[in-house]
Amino acid sequence: MTVQSPLGANELADEYFIETRNRILEIGAFLDRLDRADPSRSARDFRLRALTEALGVLAAAEPNYVSQIQMLLSDPTTEPLPALDRKSAIGAYDHGAQDR
Amino acid sequence: MKYIDHHAHMVSRTTDDYAQMALTGCLAVTEPAFWAGWDRSSAQGFEDYFRQLTEFEPKRAAAVGMQHYCWLAMNPKESDDRELSREVLKRIPKFLDRPTVLGIGEIGMNRITRNEVDTYTEQVELAIAHQQLILIHTPHLEDKLKGTRVSVDVLGRYPKLDPARVMVDHAEEHTIEMILADGYWAGLTLYPQTKVSPQRAADMIEKYGPDRICVAGACDWGPSDPLAVPRFAMEMRRRKLPDDLIHRVIYENPVRFLSQSGKFKVARHKLHHEEVKM
Repeated sequence: MTVQSPLGANELADEYFIETRNRILEIGAFLDRLDRADPSRSARDFRLRALTEALGVLAAAEPNYVSQIQMLLSDPTTEPLPALDRKSAIGAYDHGAQDR
Repeated sequence: MKYIDHHAHMVSRTTDDYAQMALTGCLAVTEPAFWAGWDRSSAQGFEDYFRQLTEFEPKRAAAVGMQHYCWLAMNPKESDDRELSREVLKRIPKFLDRPTVLGIGEIGMNRITRNEVDTYTEQVELAIAHQQLILIHTPHLEDKLKGTRVSVDVLGRYPKLDPARVMVDHAEEHTIEMILADGYWAGLTLYPQTKVSPQRAADMIEKYGPDRICVAGACDWGPSDPLAVPRFAMEMRRRKLPDDLIHRVIYENPVRFLSQSGKFKVARHKLHHEEVKM
């Protein structure tokens, strides 16, 4: 069972465009900030690589953007860790860690 | 507007927060046992915490006309400590008959270690043995998918466990389908950054419908908002979604789930009154 939003596409764009515009500018500003600090960092840090991949999802124009981004940020494994390594999550899964 | 916040860590909030929640229509909160932000040093510390949840917080809530219920458990963040977990689990049963204890929660995993899985499994068995409702915490951020998969997999090993008596909380876009597909309730928790925004929660209601979905603020000692549920209601109104749908998600659904404990009485009475009027 789904719920049909009473708002059409034009109304949704009218309602949400400005706040979404602000969010994409914030992403651009964050990447500029990183570049000013260290232009090569985005290539070395798995969290920032994940952000770049997420931007690729948005650019691909295929549906279910948010689920696709959630999946690329997530640990895809199911085997429990043998021991506690740290207390907190980081926000992105280091997919390259399995190969190192 | 009236609502129930099924997940609110009120021990971390001020009396003013209780008042604000009451002013915005909150009739009851349920508070899962959780991590204090640092590890407790002994099982006795947990016992004191359980007394706070069952004796002190209901009085604070009652001062502003709200009901306070709770869930007891060894929380996921400390559950890797097996020795401490065993001691805490031994102390839980004597609290279960208290009038505001609704079930076992929030149980689950943090980093999904073998020890965490073992403690979680023992707590599922504890809930089954004592016919308790279950509230499950699913892990944060990149660990949520794995933690939800493992949590649901463990539940599946207990065929006598009624999925309608289990809420898998902190669901997000990539986990909600597996939760609902197996017959569990899904909780959406509204956090400024690390969980779900009111907008995304409303999106999931539109996509999956209101059946077996509840929305909570999960306010605690970190960046969080005790008024998150009314902000979600505002978002639903912003989209011109009908008031009866909003009422169902923020009031009727939590009442239906929580009333299965047999102790959630006042809210159940109010729901009954409404159904009679309809």
